[in-house]
Amino acid sequence: MLARAFQAVPRPVRGWVLPVLLLLLWWAALRWQWTTSPLLVSPLQVWDKALSLLSGGEAWAALGASLRRDLIGLFIGASAGLLFGATLGLSRWSERLFGPSFHTLKQISLFAWLPLISLWFGLGDPAKIAFIALASFFPVVLNTFEGIRATPPELVEVARVLRFSRAQLLTRVVLPAAAPAIFTGLHLGLIYAWLATLGAEYLMVAGPGIGGLLVDGRDHFWMDQVLFGVILVGAVGMALNTLAAIIERRALAWRGRSAGLF
Amino acid sequence: MSRGGHIRIEHLNKQFVVDGAPLPVLRELSLEVAPGEFVAIVGASGCGKSTLLRLVAGLEREHDGTLQHDGAPITGTSLARGLVFQEHRLFPWLTVEANVRSALLNSGVPRSEQAKLVQRHIDLVGLQGFEKAWPHQLSGGMAQRVAIARALVNRPQVLLLDEPFGALDAMTRARLQQELQHIWRSEGITMILVTHDVDEALFLGDRVVVMEPRPGRIRRVLHVDLHHPRDRVSAVFTDLKQEVLAELGELAEAA
Repeated sequence: MLARAFQAVPRPVRGWVLPVLLLLLWWAALRWQWTTSPLLVSPLQVWDKALSLLSGGEAWAALGASLRRDLIGLFIGASAGLLFGATLGLSRWSERLFGPSFHTLKQISLFAWLPLISLWFGLGDPAKIAFIALASFFPVVLNTFEGIRATPPELVEVARVLRFSRAQLLTRVVLPAAAPAIFTGLHLGLIYAWLATLGAEYLMVAGPGIGGLLVDGRDHFWMDQVLFGVILVGAVGMALNTLAAIIERRALAWRGRSAGLF
Repeated sequence: MSRGGHIRIEHLNKQFVVDGAPLPVLRELSLEVAPGEFVAIVGASGCGKSTLLRLVAGLEREHDGTLQHDGAPITGTSLARGLVFQEHRLFPWLTVEANVRSALLNSGVPRSEQAKLVQRHIDLVGLQGFEKAWPHQLSGGMAQRVAIARALVNRPQVLLLDEPFGALDAMTRARLQQELQHIWRSEGITMILVTHDVDEALFLGDRVVVMEPRPGRIRRVLHVDLHHPRDRVSAVFTDLKQEVLAELGELAEAA
């Protein structure tokens, strides 16, 4: 029954079915007063709050501050991760030297770094950026390393037959072969960085940023602001994810369409 | 055409080390291939025929004995010796055109002439119209043609073929054998083909070298004095085939 009803919805808007149902449920809960808790505000109230925060400029300022941190942290973390991952992947002795330490460090929960980071960098932007960089660093290192190690030896042999120099081998065989894995790492890094941005803003003294917006809303029981903040975080995360997917598809056109079987 | 391509192998010995113990792969192998000659090497799997080809290519290094190309010892790979593997081994991130062109990277051919040379070899293997295709869009036979074009574009003196048609269906295989033969006759390149297909060896080779395994050595060399293109069902051809199969069959019984 339900499945058939779902089939009747045009394909492009099927993804909206669940959110719309939730929104209806939310509205119904207030309309028939299933609860009178002040923690439940109406969708309309959230909408009004969103409009006022957006037109007043607070939302844009917060978004700008968060995105700036996110991108700086991601840039630092991903660059360092690419370099370190490539070093580990290309040189056996560097893997023996750094590998065990790295694999130990990566087991530490990201949030366990917070006390250390706040001691070293204080609680301002440098600390937040360091945390974001660290969050994006690990997935980029791991995927770059594994991508490079997975270079097919058969193609390296072709490079030998064609007399490629070491530099040519690196840029024309190893890096292209590792590119899908490297993209996966960067994609994960992007997601982790955004999660870490919110974590950093929320856990380290609030400054301007979406995290600050959330903390502010929580402290004043402004549920409309909290909910708007959550929606904003989700929307930005989704936008970043989509952007990454588009770039990835363009750059890796040679792989053809990957089959979505499951 | 006297453009070199003379391969000389004398008292060649090669061993691998497996679990700390030496494993002889080739023993006292001697073979001379004249410029422009087509030599086909047949043998059961494990007889070291692929290792022999890899040694001639310069992919395997350590060995005892003489291994020369036009009088110079083979110490590594060279653009004067092209190699086609059983799998096409195209770079999946390059188009057909760019794959062929990648072989010219260190050839010294000026950039301005590369495009023409690449096109000529794509035409030679009958793939005009597929220049911009990705390898994943090609059939196995087409991909192997590109691999042949990539190996030929440098105008090597020697073309080494390691079971190049082994993974293809019978019809595609027969067609590519004919095309390879055309290329061999028009380009005058020395070719050494390793195969387990006796029919293929007799269809293409001036000489057919039968190898026996453990350790790999030459059992017999047959001259195939038949005009091209050869008729696979002629009496002489089938007699020769029986002869080679008998050699291989005896080996199978002995083993």
